[in-house]
Amino acid sequence: MDQLPAIARVFGYLSLLTVGGGMAAFPEMKSLVVDVHRWLSYPQLIHVYSVGQMAPGPNMMMVAAVGERVSGLSGAAIAALAFFVPTGLLTFGVGRIWNRLANWPWRTSIQLGLAPVAIGLAVAGTVTLGKGAITNWVTVGVALAVFGATLRTKINPALLILCGAVVGGIALR
Amino acid sequence: MSESLTPPTAAPAAASKEPPSVLDVFMTFLIIGATSFGGAVVAYLRSSLVGKKKWLDDTHFLELKSISNTLPGLNATNMSILVGDRLRGAVGAAAALIGMCLPGFIFMTVAGIMYGENGDRPLVTAMLKGVAAAAVGLIAATWFQIGKKSVRGFYDAFFILAAVLAVNHFKVSVPIVLIAVGALAIFTNRPGKQRQKEAVSEWISSLR
Repeated sequence: MDQLPAIARVFGYLSLLTVGGGMAAFPEMKSLVVDVHRWLSYPQLIHVYSVGQMAPGPNMMMVAAVGERVSGLSGAAIAALAFFVPTGLLTFGVGRIWNRLANWPWRTSIQLGLAPVAIGLAVAGTVTLGKGAITNWVTVGVALAVFGATLRTKINPALLILCGAVVGGIALR
Repeated sequence: MSESLTPPTAAPAAASKEPPSVLDVFMTFLIIGATSFGGAVVAYLRSSLVGKKKWLDDTHFLELKSISNTLPGLNATNMSILVGDRLRGAVGAAAALIGMCLPGFIFMTVAGIMYGENGDRPLVTAMLKGVAAAAVGLIAATWFQIGKKSVRGFYDAFFILAAVLAVNHFKVSVPIVLIAVGALAIFTNRPGKQRQKEAVSEWISSLR
């Protein structure tokens, strides 16, 4: 219970870093969840994050699983609310005034400038995740196979992740 | 109240005859929230909202997508809020957001409970290692596709590289990188400095 305010703070803060997508917040999530609060070990965080890729809807709903691990159902609810509501209100507000900003020349500058930064932060988050998840040749093979299949086919990504689970269950015991 | 709050620039008449009910909005987003996987939510939203329901036209959808990309928050939830607001005002935005999030929330909460009970078993750990490796491949592919479409020259490549090196190599924390590289990138694209108008429409169409 006493962890709820910390959960709210951590995930509220992390949500502000998700410019362009959730991956941007991963390095900071690792440092807060694993190093600062010790809610999960690093392998555990990687597991939960990866399972989150199989969940339907927003791909960062894994924050609910972290909250659940720390503080049960209320932890899950607080983590999700903290992660989605503050940025949601910001989006709502900016969405309302967006058209009025049409003649504000910096609007264009911000959009064009942040686009590559968002990609860079997402790549950085992917590298951080990869360093923890790619530990031997089997994992290299799985990652490359999924990378190729995603680019070349229209296969459902959740199915690819399930294939990863099967290969892992057989080859990584 | 939702009606009066809707901004005057809202929902173009061309796209829809009559705005859908709040329940309609909620159910549509609930279904998308329950059936879209692997970060492809925006593609599902587009085919449902623009394609099947015709609640928005494509240009309008991409404009909202460009707002959603620029702001913090996930595309899935930002788009729900922006579209919900256009359709049914504040209540619509809340309905869309809750619908989008509810299935995944239940899924991940149950996953957390099950992980707590079984996460230590060797077979589960082995499977999760496979899942993690697959997730890396999937996420890398997603960003590779986005990067390929939207890098428009030297400065874009430079800012991507700067952000990656700062976080992964120099261990600078993400908020500092976001502010520092972000400010530099915005300044590089400052008003009057460039190709602004064409660049924006080019960028927006790359979001497709």
